[in-house]
Amino acid sequence: MIRRRLAAAGALVAAVALVLSGCANQEGGQQQGGGPQAGAPAQPTDAVLPAGNGQGRCAPGTSIGYAGTIAGQNAALGIAIVNAAQLAVDQHNQANPNCQVTLVRADTGGTPDTATGPVTALINNPQVLGIVGLPFSGESRAVGPALNAAGIVNITPSATNPGLTQNGWTNFFRGLGNDAVQGPAIARYIQQRLNAQKVCVIKDDSDYGIGLAGTVTQALGPAASCQVDVKTNQREFSAVIGQVQQQAPQAIFYSGYYQEAAPLIQQLRDAGVQTTFIGPDGVKDEQYVVNAAGSADGTLLSCPCVPQEGFTDFTNAYRQAFGVPPQTYSAESYDATTILLRGLDQGIADRAGLLNHVRNYNGQGLTKRFQWGPTGELTNTPVWMYRVQGNTIVTDTQI
Amino acid sequence: MPDAPGERVISVLDLAALDPAALAPLVVHAEPWINFDVGLLVDRFWANTINGLAYGSVYALIALGYTLVYGVLQLINFAHSEIFVIGVFGVYLTFVALGFEPGAIPNLPLAAIILDLVLAGLVAMAVAGLAAIGLERVAYRPLRRRNAPRLAFLITAIGASFVIQQVIRIWRGSNPEGTIRLLPPSPVFSIFGAPVTNLQIVIILASIAMFVVTDRFVNGSRLGRGIRAVAQDPATATLMGVNRERVITITFLVGGVLAGVAALFYLMTIPQGAVYNGGFLLGIKAFTAAVLGGIGNLRGALLGGLILGVAENYGQSLFGGDWRDVVAFVLLVLVLMFRPTGILGESLARSRA
Amino acid sequence: MRQRMADLSTFWNARSRPQQWVMLIPVVAFLFALPVLNPPIITTEPATDFPIALFSAAVLALIAIGLNVVIGQAGLLDLGYVGFFAIGAYSAALLSSPDSVLGIRLSWIAIVPIAMVATMISGVILGTPTLRLRGDYLAIVTLGFGEIVRLLADNVEPLRGNRGFQDIARPGGTYPDGSPIFAQTDALGFYWLAVTIIIIVLMFMGNLERSRVGRAWIAVREDEDAAELTGVPTYKFKIWAFAIGAAVGGLSGTLFAAQVGYVNNQRFDVTTSILYLAAVVLGGSGNKVGVIVGAFLVSYIPDRFQFEPQYRFLVFGLALIILMAFRPQGLLGMRQHLLTYGRQAYARLFGAGTAVAPSGMTPSTRPAGDMPEVTPDDHAGTSPRGGGE
Repeated sequence: MIRRRLAAAGALVAAVALVLSGCANQEGGQQQGGGPQAGAPAQPTDAVLPAGNGQGRCAPGTSIGYAGTIAGQNAALGIAIVNAAQLAVDQHNQANPNCQVTLVRADTGGTPDTATGPVTALINNPQVLGIVGLPFSGESRAVGPALNAAGIVNITPSATNPGLTQNGWTNFFRGLGNDAVQGPAIARYIQQRLNAQKVCVIKDDSDYGIGLAGTVTQALGPAASCQVDVKTNQREFSAVIGQVQQQAPQAIFYSGYYQEAAPLIQQLRDAGVQTTFIGPDGVKDEQYVVNAAGSADGTLLSCPCVPQEGFTDFTNAYRQAFGVPPQTYSAESYDATTILLRGLDQGIADRAGLLNHVRNYNGQGLTKRFQWGPTGELTNTPVWMYRVQGNTIVTDTQI
Repeated sequence: MPDAPGERVISVLDLAALDPAALAPLVVHAEPWINFDVGLLVDRFWANTINGLAYGSVYALIALGYTLVYGVLQLINFAHSEIFVIGVFGVYLTFVALGFEPGAIPNLPLAAIILDLVLAGLVAMAVAGLAAIGLERVAYRPLRRRNAPRLAFLITAIGASFVIQQVIRIWRGSNPEGTIRLLPPSPVFSIFGAPVTNLQIVIILASIAMFVVTDRFVNGSRLGRGIRAVAQDPATATLMGVNRERVITITFLVGGVLAGVAALFYLMTIPQGAVYNGGFLLGIKAFTAAVLGGIGNLRGALLGGLILGVAENYGQSLFGGDWRDVVAFVLLVLVLMFRPTGILGESLARSRA
Repeated sequence: MRQRMADLSTFWNARSRPQQWVMLIPVVAFLFALPVLNPPIITTEPATDFPIALFSAAVLALIAIGLNVVIGQAGLLDLGYVGFFAIGAYSAALLSSPDSVLGIRLSWIAIVPIAMVATMISGVILGTPTLRLRGDYLAIVTLGFGEIVRLLADNVEPLRGNRGFQDIARPGGTYPDGSPIFAQTDALGFYWLAVTIIIIVLMFMGNLERSRVGRAWIAVREDEDAAELTGVPTYKFKIWAFAIGAAVGGLSGTLFAAQVGYVNNQRFDVTTSILYLAAVVLGGSGNKVGVIVGAFLVSYIPDRFQFEPQYRFLVFGLALIILMAFRPQGLLGMRQHLLTYGRQAYARLFGAGTAVAPSGMTPSTRPAGDMPEVTPDDHAGTSPRGGGE
């Protein structure tokens, strides 16, 4: 543990130096980052980074909170998010001697029942001005009313259930496209680019998987000819594969996460099913490629995130700090934290001010352009299609 | 909710403030949540049977460990699933030590692959067997010394299970290990149109072989007689000169070794299975299998494992993918309602008072 | 230490019931004041809100009291108790959430009896076929039941699986300044409500234990065959134990659902069931005060010691092992008086306070599952008829 921290600290210095040299003025560039050419991803050269201009000023003790799982069964996702937030805060503090921000971690355990206590503690901590989290839609729903009542700004880096922005919460902002954006885009791609008229939609039992499968199925209409369900943590799919084989679809869309997608694609390919396999952002993870071994080759992966080729600084810094490459939603968390830090640098010292800052924010991040509509959805959420080629995920096209 | 949220205190009894339309699910569910697809069941009957037998063999091997310990100590060794996970990591780390890279498919002659697999299996057997003995020494023996109530054993088992899981998680992280697969499955022949892969043949045959060896050991050897004696009447067995502590150690060892074998087959079938919490569901299923067949009964464990593996697949085809686990547990409840001591009844343990 | 506990117990048992109640008043007052006092070392802040942590502990205590009826009193090992808790929580959700297909919104106070009846019925439904099984078979069947309940919540469309139910009804009422007494972020009211409910349930359970039903349970636990032979309708009383335990589980489920205001399929898994069991056994199965202490520890320790969340479950597991190694009967072992006026009877027979100590004379004073007649140091804990189930 201690050794890792030391390594992280050392790496951080290097990372910050890199970042500082690499960015001149982030705040200014307002050029429209959209409209990239297919296959040539827009490099967010104008991305706002946590370090800022180094002139940040804020009261000592100013904090932002991370609420989400840190230990427990689904901790991997939470750790990827909290690490990225920590990285952003550390880079910021290194560059801004007059604004030292603390990241307060609240371990929600990832479930609604255990989330209320830690989140209430964050709410009752007057120094916490904004919150990054919560990673899961279920816990977000559970504590959303309380966060809203407290008027504390809340940017989620990963909860994609469309219903979350339908509650009238004015403090809730989604740092990525929701499933209602991604679903129709995927359906369009499947029908128009792949020309598939018979699609199997396989979904897991998570809020995310069910929600996304719903939007895709709806958009596909009659083409979604078969529906198959799997369970979280399922590893053996022979019966599922039987169902797919019987239907002989022209494309398979898997709505869920990589932990199940990797064994599923491997067993599908082993069983001789060579149908095009499409997965969403929950599958788009290096772990998917590694865990599916060769079987993932040719898989199409959609994601409401811009290609990461331009993130080498971030990727390197993260890898140096934590010993592993950034994972799903790390970059989103980094961006969300950065947005909050920008506000604090301007001397905002109360929750209402920070909420207002986020509401009116307009700037390029690593992952996309951040500007929110009245409900807390991003105004511009590009959906990109990626492809697994050999052992790497490459950019295919914007869809 | 329509009102201005800043000053809004959530009053849950305020009916007027609720707008059901805003909260209504956005997702349209066209499909029914449960199917009754007899056509698919018939269509996939043989494939389901073969796959179920292969996967059920893994259940059976783990179930043997539960059943042996239960037979001798009347103890639900909840930490047995973690012994299995230790075995899985034993196999995986042996692969790594042999120089295999995650993600890549090795191109080796068959003999070398078989040798590597056997080696990994032996390591897993050794590691899991030793871990089982260690668990017995550290966690259970002190309790036996103190004449602890049975519930205390159960809680200790649960505690040990937590500890082993967490140690593995802290050591290896919470993501599954990268896939290392030495032997990709390829169909060898088919039964009624259902392909049977080389992996499945190996797993089913080897599991049956392991079962026969265990059965011969318990029912035929001198040590096995000791095990049965302790299972039947520990007090009398001790008086007759059976070293009870030694018998218990051997029982745990055998259970651990079998879990090691199961770990090898599991990782061959599911190369993504090396993860700290990977034993939990499998453990519960294996225990279910043991009870299904009649706990304490070796043949029952084998039969229970195979039946469970097959029944899960049938149920999944019939009702839909997410009913797999429900089928397993409903089957258990039904069997116990009509045969309260499992399909084959208890034999290693005596009939209960 | 043990002697002091025994002395305390003797002293306590020698008091009359009204005297006991008077002496309990400061204890209860302290419990009510605890979240307001927020004592520096005891508090769980800043990691988690103290009143909420206390409320969770109180809910777990209520669960443990219910489970104790099944395990501690009647000696039935139930590994699926979370199923009843889930049924209670889902009843509250279905009857009051706007997401529910029923489309009704009952108040919390109306939900409670409905939920308790629903869980009681499910307890009877589960118990009728399974309670003829013994010991570990019962354990695995109840485990299966708990899983089935969770999976149904997963799979059955109107139960909404992972999406869950929002905005579940809370009890009404506001403070003078207009803020609600029962809110998600202000668990003070909920904590007081939970403690009040616990006291009521404890009184009910106390009376039940001293009644014919309680004596029948003890008889079943100690030796089912003997009980049956002496004319105790064991099957009927086992179902009673199951149903009453289930009703308390359902009650705690509604409390939980109301405080969180949201219910989905997370947290109703076997692990949670096992935590409940751990609470009962840690405290001392069969001892009502013991299980409350056990529940408090199981809920409070992870909340309090968040120093390194990475190691939380590791520490919890180690604590379980160590505690069982040194105090296998739980922190407070079982103390059970078979007779309604057993105290007085023993006092008259043997003189005050001699034989009434916890390790006294009644057969039931042995820790659950301890080996009865066999030579000590033999296979205790392994007996086929160890009374634990």
